[in-house]
Amino acid sequence: MKTASKKIKASGSDRIFNIVNVLILSLLLLMVAYPLYFVVIASISDPKLVATGRVLFYPQSFNLEGYKKVIQYSPIWVGYRNTIFYTLGYTFVSVMVSMLTGFALGQRKLPGVNLFTGFFIFTMFFNGGLIPTYLLMKDLGLYGNPLIIILMGAVSVNNIIIARTFIKSTIPGELFEAASIDGCSYTGYFFKIVLPLSKALLAVLVLFAAVGQWNSWYNAMIYLKDENQMPLQMVLRDLIVIQSAMSSSTEAATVGGDAAAQVYLVESMRYAIIIVSTLPIMCIYPFLQKYFAKGIMIGSVKG
Amino acid sequence: MKTKTKLQAPGQSLSLGRRIIQFRELYLFLLPGVLLLILFNYLPLYGILIAFKDFKVKLGILGSPWSQPVLKYFNRLFSMPMFPVILRNTLLLSFYSLLAGFPLPIVLALLINSSPGKRYKKIVQTVTYAPHFISIVIIVGMINIFFSPSTGIIVNILHKLGLMSGNLEVLMTASAFPHLYVWSGVWQSIGWNSIIYLGALSGVDASLHEAAIVDGASKFQRVLHIDFPSILPTIVILMILNSGSIMNVGFEKVFLMQNSFNTSMSEVINTYVYKIGIKEAQYSLSAAIGLFNSVVNFIMIILVNQLSKRLDQGSLW
Repeated sequence: MKTASKKIKASGSDRIFNIVNVLILSLLLLMVAYPLYFVVIASISDPKLVATGRVLFYPQSFNLEGYKKVIQYSPIWVGYRNTIFYTLGYTFVSVMVSMLTGFALGQRKLPGVNLFTGFFIFTMFFNGGLIPTYLLMKDLGLYGNPLIIILMGAVSVNNIIIARTFIKSTIPGELFEAASIDGCSYTGYFFKIVLPLSKALLAVLVLFAAVGQWNSWYNAMIYLKDENQMPLQMVLRDLIVIQSAMSSSTEAATVGGDAAAQVYLVESMRYAIIIVSTLPIMCIYPFLQKYFAKGIMIGSVKG
Repeated sequence: MKTKTKLQAPGQSLSLGRRIIQFRELYLFLLPGVLLLILFNYLPLYGILIAFKDFKVKLGILGSPWSQPVLKYFNRLFSMPMFPVILRNTLLLSFYSLLAGFPLPIVLALLINSSPGKRYKKIVQTVTYAPHFISIVIIVGMINIFFSPSTGIIVNILHKLGLMSGNLEVLMTASAFPHLYVWSGVWQSIGWNSIIYLGALSGVDASLHEAAIVDGASKFQRVLHIDFPSILPTIVILMILNSGSIMNVGFEKVFLMQNSFNTSMSEVINTYVYKIGIKEAQYSLSAAIGLFNSVVNFIMIILVNQLSKRLDQGSLW
């Protein structure tokens, strides 16, 4: 047996490697996917069976009570509307600023270009912090103004660097010289040539900005006060974080009779809320995955 | 006169003024970004002054008197009993996150890269990236629901396996907070953080592997001696980058996971600034804490950038 050729021995150990590899990846797959899967089946099962642990692998006693409650709960839809509005506005401003600034900072001949670059990059090092910013926004009357959600954080220096690197490395500078001989201005060149040639970059910037804004709530918590202006994530925070923290400390006392049924229904509503609010992103994400991955790779190339 | 001297400079055919006019469109391109930065990043800088003043809202930032002594609020900060607590919690969460969250994506990337099935690879990637797109609010909501004391799935499974009876008190136990925080973070970002290593792995020269196969190297040996060394530079750079933000524990998740039972472990610098600044309106004191944090972060970033320059990987900027 010891004389078995090296090749067979190697392929034997490779087979073990492959088996272990697939096993570990499968275990990880299970650990990541199961919580998500569980939320889905729990949201469409009888709340009582979920709360008592009888729903583990597949939905039981199909039940859409949770979804009905969610649909009737109007703050969610107000939040949805606000979030769509904020996401569209923020994405537009943020992507335009990144492209315009990235393009301009990539022009070596521009007098003072290093000064401007420094001006942008300094903000990555140092900021005034929460309290000074908060006080300033109050002074300027921007506190409570939804515009703040769209404008604050719209300048992403990281994205500007990504845009500058991408434009520099994919669009040759001679193209502008040729275009300017034909009487093309920088503005015309930017909109007619640079933007159409940067589709991959635009996809990445749009996706990152949109997902970021869709999921954000921090600025809204600090700078907005009107309930009707709150984005979806703030509404969710009230429903599934604050209230579930409260109920978990009281639920032990209330379980029993009608109160128990009420607790179960609220739980079921929480599962439904998670689905309703996460579905849009989860549906489009697999199709856009390659752009997200590409974005990371563009970002990692230093300019 | 000025234009004349400029005109004489070799290699410059136009005066500075003319060149600025020539590039006026580009300055307009820069305008929106510059204005937004002035409004949200540069103007707040002068508000830092209030850390050295007895700030009164009525008097405004400039009108408020200087505190006596000027470093009054810093002295108060360093003598506060809460200060060592928030500093320890901040560092604990950072180091624990780094220790658990940094190596695992590397292992995952090596596993995915050397996995035998192409389709299976794609499935693993798609699924493990997905949690990255779920909002922090939903993640914390899921933690609260799953670990709910009497109705959560965790307590139900533990009951079924006979490992436990009664209520699960993880959410109310302060010492459990760091584990919940860190491992839910690993769950959410292990896949996403592996992307950058997968990118580096895709650049590994295939002829290295071919040569190693001819020499009789097993797959495991090739992962260990070819794949791993070739992503080592990426690993080092990311390691350095991550340690630059060691004092900067994200506000959002910690804040959402806080409850009255776990504050002894979950109060970090950022949440404390919010609490005493926005909630209790102790503006000067919280601005002092914020400034302390910003300065430490600033020093860390500079150090880290110097270090990565030293390693000849090019600076970050």
